Amino acid sequence: MGLKSKDLLGMKQLTPEEIMEILDTAKTMKLVISSANKKTSHLQGKSVVTLFYENSTRTRLSFELASKYMGSASANISATGSSVAKGESLLDTARTIDMMGTDIIIMRHPQSGAPHSIANKIKASVVNAGDGMNEHPTQALLDMLTMYERFDTFEGKNIAICGDVYHSRVVRSNAIGLAKLGAKVSVYGPRTMMPIGIEKMGVRVASSVADCVKDADAVMGLRVQLERQKSSLFPSVAEYAKFYAITPEMLKLAKPDAFLMHPGPCNHGVELPTAVYDCDQSVINEQVTNGVAVRMAVLYLLMARRNNL
Amino acid sequence: MKTIIKNCKLFDSDKTEVYIADGKFAEAFPENEADEVIDAKGNTVFPGLVDMHVHLREPGYEYRETIATGTAAAARGGFTAVCCMPNTLPVCDNAAVVSGILKKAAEAGNCRVYPIGAATKEIEDTELAEIGLMKEAGIVAVSDDGKPIPTAGMMRKVLEYASDFDIPVLNHCEEKSMGTGAMNEGEVSTSIGIRGCSTAAEDIMISRDIILAEYLDVPVHICHVSTKGGVRMIRDAKARGVKVTAETCPHYFTLTDKSCETYDTNFKMHPPLRTEEHRLAIIEGIKDGTIDCIVTDHAPHHQDEKEVEFSHANNGIVGLESSFALSYTYLVKTGVISIEKLMDLMCYNPSKILKLGRGGMAVGDDADLTIMDLDHEFTFEKDKMLTKGRNTPFDGWKLYGETQLTIMGGKKTYEKLC
Repeated sequence: MGLKSKDLLGMKQLTPEEIMEILDTAKTMKLVISSANKKTSHLQGKSVVTLFYENSTRTRLSFELASKYMGSASANISATGSSVAKGESLLDTARTIDMMGTDIIIMRHPQSGAPHSIANKIKASVVNAGDGMNEHPTQALLDMLTMYERFDTFEGKNIAICGDVYHSRVVRSNAIGLAKLGAKVSVYGPRTMMPIGIEKMGVRVASSVADCVKDADAVMGLRVQLERQKSSLFPSVAEYAKFYAITPEMLKLAKPDAFLMHPGPCNHGVELPTAVYDCDQSVINEQVTNGVAVRMAVLYLLMARRNNL
Repeated sequence: MKTIIKNCKLFDSDKTEVYIADGKFAEAFPENEADEVIDAKGNTVFPGLVDMHVHLREPGYEYRETIATGTAAAARGGFTAVCCMPNTLPVCDNAAVVSGILKKAAEAGNCRVYPIGAATKEIEDTELAEIGLMKEAGIVAVSDDGKPIPTAGMMRKVLEYASDFDIPVLNHCEEKSMGTGAMNEGEVSTSIGIRGCSTAAEDIMISRDIILAEYLDVPVHICHVSTKGGVRMIRDAKARGVKVTAETCPHYFTLTDKSCETYDTNFKMHPPLRTEEHRLAIIEGIKDGTIDCIVTDHAPHHQDEKEVEFSHANNGIVGLESSFALSYTYLVKTGVISIEKLMDLMCYNPSKILKLGRGGMAVGDDADLTIMDLDHEFTFEKDKMLTKGRNTPFDGWKLYGETQLTIMGGKKTYEKLC
């Protein structure tokens, strides 16, 4: 048991068996979160540091709670208020944290590949908590856990993802992970936000929101990064909401028991009308709980690997 | 000073001996008159190679490279002449900087250095640089390399004004409004989440420059061509009689963007590594003569500028010490082109385009030559390089064509230590 690699850099690096092991472990961990005494000894005597170069609410907090529920010593630093603000390089910062006896560094960084560039230079395990436009593996894992609780298998399931595909690490990690388990992913968004060659990642590029969500078993909306409007990728929020949002009518095109997901934070009235966010099919709030469970599983399995060595 | 090189093969003739007297190729003379007799051990003699596109970094970036270290690397690569780009600090946009470069190059004495002047002052694209005065000081071309000359209006002025002085214009072709990505835009950039720069951005500016050269009936030289579309447009333009010439680099016919998947910044350069389709088109362009020259775009960077996040890393790789071996191994040994054709690409054509008068091996010509071992495989090792840069993607590659000796003007500039 445990992961094969020292680090969790992305879904690209995981085998289907490892993904299933994480999801199965997360189901057990979820019981801890709902229990009265949220304390295990899985990470007792271990130290976990979160190193965030970008803002985050749920990812950072859920990693922190995950490590604390399992009994680790945890600390966090961010780009502001550390030597990073004095211009220290990423590698020097990572080595400094490493040399303090840290077992796991959880890192978020605006540059794709940043965790990869430190992983093979330090002893600590590196967990990618989002790198630029590349991957956000624990987000994909929590999304997959949310699906796994409702599907008996991923094989042949239709997953629709709508929004700003170009800038989304969530899409990339989901596309890779879901493809590894046999699900069929369709994506749609403005052509200006659709990266060239995305179909080579094994996804279908749909021709409209309707085409994307039709017969879907699960529908996922993506956050529109509103600052993108300045770079003229779409003309206005009103136009985006009219042509690219997942409206109640669109959601009706999915399978009757389909459910709606969103990685958050959500722009109400842009990519999702509030009525859709709050509808019976929405599992958005449950995703948050699953985020803690999946992160507990990842941290535990990374340390379990060490015990195997 | 008289030297005989014996037991050698000339790359294009049956001769087995080379005679040098007073820095020039000479008629045969008796061995007892020679000051030195060099045993070439059956290796092959070539004219000294010419690289018309290198960055020597001096003045201003001596922590990356100096004229002395860059030219030592050139000699180790078999080069006896290099042309250095003007994006130094200060920019080489005036006669004083040109003279300074030539002085340092003469002091080092490793390789002939021909400076390329900036086309516009400070390579800022607002005013023409003093092309005439720089020519008097010794430039052989103008370029804003590292940056394109972005507007068609300024490119027209540069082409027209430079033509008054018979100075070639070399352009780095990239339409910047298409975005400034860190690697080729495509399947790989999408998969690893790096912003891409498209082949279209390169093609658009190549087409613009061809249109201007044709309209004005002046020459234009396209730097480091990396795209299939670029090769096609240059081929078509040459067929129409447009005065366009072009170069490419070894990395564009040996590597693809797949190499960027590990975020190794030694595979980051501009233009970026493209896909296999483009790599094959570059080879086709070399084969049919569309591409005139192989250059290195030798771009040394400090470790601290490369050991960073991929998007933050500087563009470029060093190339002077691997160029001949890569070209020989991947183009000649594979049967794509002949060894004579390789000398067109790495010596005669660049000399002709910039009117350098290099490459002659007749009696009375400057004794510039290099001796290469074409028969034994060797391992290219980054730690043996003489350049200050360590940014090569070719460390550990098995190649043929290791330099044994380089002579410039009758003087040894590199000798492999056995």
